[in-house]
Amino acid sequence: MKTHWNILVVDDEEIMRESLAAWLREDGFAVDTATCGKEGVDRAREKEYAICFIDLKMPGGVDGIETMMEIKKIQPEASVIIVTAYATVDTAITAMKEGAQEYIVKPCNPEEISLLVSRIIKVKNLQRENSILRKKLLKQYSFCDIISKNAKMLDIFTLIREISSLRSTVLIQGESGTGKELIARAIHYSGERAHKPFIGVSCAALAESLLESELFGHEKGSFTGASSQKKGKFELADGGTIFLDEIGDISPKVQIDLLRVLQERTLYRVGGTEQINVDVRIIAATNKDLEAAVRDRTFRDDLFYRLNVINIHIPPLRERGEDIPLLAHHFIEHLSHELGKEIIDISEGALKRLLNHNWPGNVRELENAVERAMVTSKSRVLAEEDFAFVNHTPEREAWAVPPQLTMEEIENRVITTTLHRTHGNIKEAATILGIDRSTLYDRLKRYNLPRNQ
Amino acid sequence: MNALSLIALGDIAPTTMAALADALWKVYDLDIRTLAPLPAPAYAFDAQRNQYSSARILAKLITAIPAGPARVLAVTDRDLFIPMLSFVFGHAQFNGRVALISLARLSQEYYQRPEQPELSMARAIKEAVHEIGHTFGLTHCPNARCPMSLSNTIFQVDGKTEELCKSCSILLEETLLKANHRTLLQTEKRL
Repeated sequence: MKTHWNILVVDDEEIMRESLAAWLREDGFAVDTATCGKEGVDRAREKEYAICFIDLKMPGGVDGIETMMEIKKIQPEASVIIVTAYATVDTAITAMKEGAQEYIVKPCNPEEISLLVSRIIKVKNLQRENSILRKKLLKQYSFCDIISKNAKMLDIFTLIREISSLRSTVLIQGESGTGKELIARAIHYSGERAHKPFIGVSCAALAESLLESELFGHEKGSFTGASSQKKGKFELADGGTIFLDEIGDISPKVQIDLLRVLQERTLYRVGGTEQINVDVRIIAATNKDLEAAVRDRTFRDDLFYRLNVINIHIPPLRERGEDIPLLAHHFIEHLSHELGKEIIDISEGALKRLLNHNWPGNVRELENAVERAMVTSKSRVLAEEDFAFVNHTPEREAWAVPPQLTMEEIENRVITTTLHRTHGNIKEAATILGIDRSTLYDRLKRYNLPRNQ
Repeated sequence: MNALSLIALGDIAPTTMAALADALWKVYDLDIRTLAPLPAPAYAFDAQRNQYSSARILAKLITAIPAGPARVLAVTDRDLFIPMLSFVFGHAQFNGRVALISLARLSQEYYQRPEQPELSMARAIKEAVHEIGHTFGLTHCPNARCPMSLSNTIFQVDGKTEELCKSCSILLEETLLKANHRTLLQTEKRL
C-alpha cells in the first residue's frame, strides 16, 4: 500500500534531504526531493503528495511556513510535517495554525518518525478506502441517475427493468420533487426505445388550446397566430416516449383527445383532417390523487384506466430516511464540481438535522438545501450550522377528519388507503394498522372491499 | 567478478567479518570476498552530535571502492546518524552498490548490560542481511520476523530471524534473475 503514496522532502541541506528520502524509500515510499521552497511548490503542482516534510529555515526568500501554505493551496489534502533544528513555541504554534499536521525537531527518534508516518498513512488509507466504498455503494444503489437503497424504490428499479421494453402506458404517482421525470427517463433509456426521442411535456404549464397544439400540432391558419404547420410532441416522439407531466391538470377536452390517441394510436393536428399514426409510449405523471379525481368526476375514468396500466408510486423522501445520507453525499460530490467548491463530507450533526426534517419538497428540496449549505459553508465538511435554515418540522401534519363521517366510513377509508399504499399486501397493511391479518380480512369482507387495491 | 565484498572500517575483529561473510553467503548465495580494511571514518565525525554521518561514509565509499564487486557491505563500530534521526543501525544505497552497518548499538554493553558476543553477532548478521537487502531493492517487510522488517529499537532487531521471509526471498530471486538476464544481454551484445 505504501508505494501508492508519494512523499516530498523539501530541504536546502543536501545530506539532510537525501538521507531522509533514502530512509523513507527503504520503507517503501515513492519519495521526491526539492532543494528550496519554490521547487517544492513546483513539485506539488506536478504530483500529488500524501506527506510533505518541509524544513522550516530555508534560504531564498521562501521559508518552510510559506512553502507549506503554497503547497496547501494546491493540495489541501497533503499532510505537512515541519522540520526544524531549533524548536521554539512560537514557530511551532505558527506552523500548526497555518495547517501543519506535525512539527518535529531534528534529530528525532526513528521510532517517533516511523509512528508519525504510519499514523498519517493509516488515516490516508482509511480516507481512500472510505471514498472507494462510498462510490461503490452509490453505484450499487443507483439506477439511471436515481439513487436509493429503500426497499420500495429498489422494487421500482426492478419493475423498470421488467417493463422498459414494453409499450404499455405507465402512470407515475408521487409527491412533487420525488423524481417522477427521472423514473420516466429511466424507463425510456433502459428500454428498446432508448435511441429514439424522449419528449417531456408539462401539462399544467399551458392553457388548454396551447396544450392541444403542443401535443398534437396544428395546421397553418388553424387559429390566430398559426402562421405555419407545426408538428406536435406526439409526432416528434414517434418511435420513442412522450412524458406527460402533471396529467391530473389537463382539461376534459384534452382528456378526450388523449383517450383517442391511447385507444387508436392515431391523432389529428389542430385544424387538420389527416389522420396521423404514431408509435409512442406514453408515460404520465401526477402528484394528484387521480383515483379521487375520478371519484369526483374531474378526471375521466376511461382515461385513468388507460393510463394506469402499469402504476408506479414513488414514496416521499420522509418515508425513505435511509436515502437522505446517500443523496446528501451524492449531491455534495456532484455539486462540488459544479460550484467549484472543495467540500468533501457532511458531519453527523448535519445529517441528523436533515433526517429530522419532513422534506415536503422531497429530493428536489434536499438538493436545494445541500446546494445552499455548500454555497455558504466556510469549511470542507458541511456542518449542522450550514443547515440552520432547515427547520425541524413535525413528522406529520395534523390529520383533519372529514366532516360528517361515520366510524365505519372512516375505518373503510383508512383500510382502503393503507391497502393502496401497500399495493394490496395484506400482511404489510395489517402491520401498519396494528391489527391481525384475520381482523383485516374480516373488515374487508364487512365493507365489501376488494383485496387488490 | 566478486558479487559481494565486505570491508571493515577501522578495527573490526576478523572473526566478525568471517561470520558475516558466512551468513550473507547462506542468505544471498553470492560469491563473497573480504576486502582489505579501510581506516575508521574520522572524516564523517560530527563533533556536535558525537556520532558519525552514515551518509558521508556512504558517499566516500561509493568513490573509494574500485569497480568490480556488485555489492559492498562496510562494517564500522562507530555510532551512525542521519541528520533527521538520532541514530541509525545501518544505511544503504537503495537499489545501489554500497551498504553500511554499525556495531555500536548492537552490543549489550551499549545498554549497560553484560556483553553477550553471540547475541551481538546475531544482531550484526540481521542488520547486514537487512542493509544488503535494500541494495537489491527490497523495502521494509511487514513481517516482524523477517530481517527486512524495520527496526527502530534493539528489541525489534532481536525479534527478527536471520533468514528472509518467503515473500522477500521471492522478490530477491526476481531481482537477481533480472540482473542475470541484463548481464547475459550485455554479454551477447559484446559478443
